[in-house]
Amino acid sequence: MSTTQQLQDFVTQVRRDILRQVHQVNSGHPGGSLGCAEFFSVLYQEVMDYSSSFDMDGKNEDLFFLSNGHISPVFYSVLARSGFFPVEELNTFRKIDSRLQGHPTTHEGLPGIRIASGSLGQGMSVAIGAAHTKKMNKDSHLVYSLHGDGELQEGQNWEAILYAGSKGVDNLIATIDYNKKQIDGATDDVLPLGDLKKKFEAFDWKVIELKEGNNIDAIKSALEQAKNLTGKQQPIVILMETEMGNGVDYMMGTHAWHGKAPNDEQLESALSQNPETLGDY
Amino acid sequence: MKTYKNTGNIDTRSGFGAGLAELGKTNPDVVALCADLTGSLKMDEFKDNHPDRFFQIGIAEANMIGIAAGMTIGGKIPFTGTFANFSTGRVYDQIRQSVAYSGKNVKICASHAGLTLGEDGATHQILEDLGLMKMLPGMTVINTCDYNQTKAATIAIAEHEGPVYLRFGRPKVANFTPEDQTFEIGKAVTLTEGNDVTIIATGHLVWEALEAAKALDEKGISAEVINIHTIKPLDETAILKSVRKTKCVVTAEEHNFLGGLGESVARTLTLNHPAPQEFVATEDTFGESGEPLMLLDKYGLNAKAITEKAEAVILRKE
Repeated sequence: MSTTQQLQDFVTQVRRDILRQVHQVNSGHPGGSLGCAEFFSVLYQEVMDYSSSFDMDGKNEDLFFLSNGHISPVFYSVLARSGFFPVEELNTFRKIDSRLQGHPTTHEGLPGIRIASGSLGQGMSVAIGAAHTKKMNKDSHLVYSLHGDGELQEGQNWEAILYAGSKGVDNLIATIDYNKKQIDGATDDVLPLGDLKKKFEAFDWKVIELKEGNNIDAIKSALEQAKNLTGKQQPIVILMETEMGNGVDYMMGTHAWHGKAPNDEQLESALSQNPETLGDY
Repeated sequence: MKTYKNTGNIDTRSGFGAGLAELGKTNPDVVALCADLTGSLKMDEFKDNHPDRFFQIGIAEANMIGIAAGMTIGGKIPFTGTFANFSTGRVYDQIRQSVAYSGKNVKICASHAGLTLGEDGATHQILEDLGLMKMLPGMTVINTCDYNQTKAATIAIAEHEGPVYLRFGRPKVANFTPEDQTFEIGKAVTLTEGNDVTIIATGHLVWEALEAAKALDEKGISAEVINIHTIKPLDETAILKSVRKTKCVVTAEEHNFLGGLGESVARTLTLNHPAPQEFVATEDTFGESGEPLMLLDKYGLNAKAITEKAEAVILRKE
């Protein structure tokens, strides 16, 4: 187990990786990536039971699926720093001939990725399928997934949410990155999601509200609570309230950095707010 | 010429159901998913014998494709079943990203393809699915011609690692291929040998092609009928060997000429051995309600149409 300070240092380095990846190619999605840095770090450093010698079938280990694939920079950074592939490879993000495509894919054989995502709304179904297979294989490990809140506007999610609730898929812990922002602005302005807690409950899910989605201890505690709720004939969702652009003052409180890279000066400012901890790639 | 005996009309979808039931007994990794069309897809026997490996998804095809993709992670071989229209057009992006691009071992099994779905009409009669599926990198595309071949193909695709689109149909049609056949993906079957014209047919139109060959034979024209059950990968060797001999070709499919078997054959010929070709296919149109045989006649997808196109293409030979 890591101390909170060790995890915080990990998160700070992940933030630097995110910022440097998108800056280098002047493209990519820093906002949501930064908002989920703590979640990914806790999940891969503390919660999930997995082997970093990657095997697609992932038998007898926990699995994670990223549905909102555009936050690939945080996924890549955490996978690399969890031992799935060399940290130096972050240098190839979004460049030609790279395994680190703009959106995550199995196609180039990057260890740690089990499904392509990017076209939104598909990850919940995939996670349910993997959860079914775990049951059929008598594998008691869990399936985790992450989804954007704006992504819930895609109808396939609601097919999957209905299915998982009705069929009692109870080895699945889905987390919603509830930052209340999307490309065109506030989710409430684009297409309000309404009361997500009531909606998931109405579909027979167990709902955990995580108000401090950028607090390492709060995330740990929510994931622990979620694990304790598995195996009870209901799927579990964590509504994780995060701050888009967390850790970089000028990126917080706005949707402007959803899909925009910082320039040289902005990068310098952002990195100075997140001093190197584990060594840059 | 070699002739074939119809051992009794039966639907190709029943061949799928029989193949799936067989796989249930022989391959414990095979699982089946259905979107509220279990009876129509003839999946009941598998469902009844293996309730732990059968998943009723409800009327939610996008979710079904995603669940199937996820099930492959951990070694299952999912077979999804619904109508061809809902198996392809409705879920194209799910297949593209979660199955094809992700390289998942999902078998998309599609019934009620084409005009012969009949009375339900154009909303359900997809004539574009072969094109949609063959354009996806890595996707194997199969359209079987009768009960026996569909059963054999269903069993064979479980052994093939990678995504497969298996297309079959609703009506009772002639069953004429061998009961004990081994299905080889990507390997054309030459049904009759001939020198004057090659007829390359797939799906329900293979039997029609054999009927056309008989009619042509009576007129002194010898037709070589090739059953192309696998549209991708295409057996180019068999096609070229035949067309080098006959010097002209008719393609026949229950599909739009745009994106179908005919265009794949035309590309092969253009690149390797240009030759006159006529297309028996729908002419960039939607279908309509009606009895299957009447629809095939109205849209020019039967033995009569194949015979006429064969005579026409022979006249175009240099």
